Amino acid sequence: MITDLAEMPAIRVQGLEKSFKELDVLRGLDLDVMRGTIFALLGSNGAGKTTVVRILSTLLKFDSGTASVNGFDVVTQAAKVRESISLTGQFAAVDEILSGRENLVLIARLRRLPDPGRIADDLLARFSLTDAAERKASTYSGGMRRRLDIAMSLIGNPPIIFLDEPTTGLDPEGRVEVWRAVKDLAGQGTTLLLTTQNLDEAEQLADRIAILHEGRIIVNGTFSELKQLLPPAKVEYVEKQPTLEDIFFAVVGTNKVVTDEDPSEG
Amino acid sequence: MDTRFFGNTAVLLGRSLKHITRSLDTIITTALMPIAFMLLFVYVFGGAINHGSGSYVTYLLPGILLITIASGISYTAYRLFLDMKGGIVDRFQSMPIARSSVLWAHVLTSMVANLVSIIVVVGVALLMGFRSGAGALAWLAVAGILGLFTLALTWLAVIPGLSAKSPDGAGAFSYPLVLLPFISSAFVPTDTMPGPVRAFAVHQPVTSIVNSIRHLFAQQPIGTGIWTALAWMIGIIVVAYVFAMVIYRRKIS
Repeated sequence: MITDLAEMPAIRVQGLEKSFKELDVLRGLDLDVMRGTIFALLGSNGAGKTTVVRILSTLLKFDSGTASVNGFDVVTQAAKVRESISLTGQFAAVDEILSGRENLVLIARLRRLPDPGRIADDLLARFSLTDAAERKASTYSGGMRRRLDIAMSLIGNPPIIFLDEPTTGLDPEGRVEVWRAVKDLAGQGTTLLLTTQNLDEAEQLADRIAILHEGRIIVNGTFSELKQLLPPAKVEYVEKQPTLEDIFFAVVGTNKVVTDEDPSEG
Repeated sequence: MDTRFFGNTAVLLGRSLKHITRSLDTIITTALMPIAFMLLFVYVFGGAINHGSGSYVTYLLPGILLITIASGISYTAYRLFLDMKGGIVDRFQSMPIARSSVLWAHVLTSMVANLVSIIVVVGVALLMGFRSGAGALAWLAVAGILGLFTLALTWLAVIPGLSAKSPDGAGAFSYPLVLLPFISSAFVPTDTMPGPVRAFAVHQPVTSIVNSIRHLFAQQPIGTGIWTALAWMIGIIVVAYVFAMVIYRRKIS
């Protein structure tokens, strides 16, 4: 039985349908996410990515189909699902008035873990926030706030984490910081479902990529599988122009280790 | 009931109380308007108001305290609104915690914040000459009435806090509540009001609550008005709680 559990997908969605009044957002969505993988749900604005995440994190009801997370049905075993997940929503869900450390302690207390202070300090160190620990979260830069947000999601070591557009609204440096944090997580066996509208991000981070379009998954595979959907590459010789991103990083000199940059210095 | 309820609520209450202690200005602002009314009525209009015997500030204080609470709970709605909008409620609701803890923490925070404002306003009233020979038991009864009134208005405030579309909308519902004591026995005796106004003033909840507190302060027999006052407050608590819970359940699932 234990092997069954291990082989069962961390997330399984079948025939999921959801409409808001007249608007059909999900029209029969099927999705399996294997344990310990990073799965990117790619789609344009309004494709329904956030709807999927909210349904899987028990925040939203749906019309038909089934969804299970960590083997638990999201409707009938919602409490079990909530014990298995963490949600990092589209907008950094940190308490602006509390300090970074207080935010982490708050979540650890709510999860009733022993020694919340030590958990907070460990995470602050891991996400390079120790120097900013006592500052109000409202003074953090976008990247720092996101890192704090992700750190809060790790408390209690949930086996499955949802990241809803983790880098939307971040500057390039913030994005690199978050990518580093996500890769770090995946190395520890956590299952990650992340949504993004950034193709580059999906390519950088994900083991598998699914494209959500008009309420259905139209493509689902690894990046190299997706590449084969296109005609074979032609060999052409073109001058390699630097991208604006290359220029940006060359000019600001960021490939350094992420530090606690103050937003006023950025 | 979820066994985690008390622990979770206590943790979230601690969080909201930190919000309050870090923005004490909101509590001061809450107390400013009632204090301004008190100054205005005692030192400007008071001389011309025939309220019977005794000092006017003593006559006035019960109504001013109700105004303090009515203005205080607009911040309750505002704080709840910000939490709902900010995404942190989504985070809490996707965690293994008791689901109604978020709401109860806000309600208890409202009780504490209003208690602080009330203490400030009573302090100012004492400076202005408010005196009462009421004993500990009578003061306890006054505290009980004010506590019930705060609880009633707080559950009322939860409704716009959950359902408002803008921060202004979340706070605006308290304006009529602040004005209600003006059409009651809070500032002037109701005898001189014209018929329909008087009928409204006598039968709306504020008059019976104000009269009960006034009798307790003046060490007079409290009379049967207290039952009307209690019935109003408990009625509002029950109705507002049911509505708030229905909206909350709909919002979080």
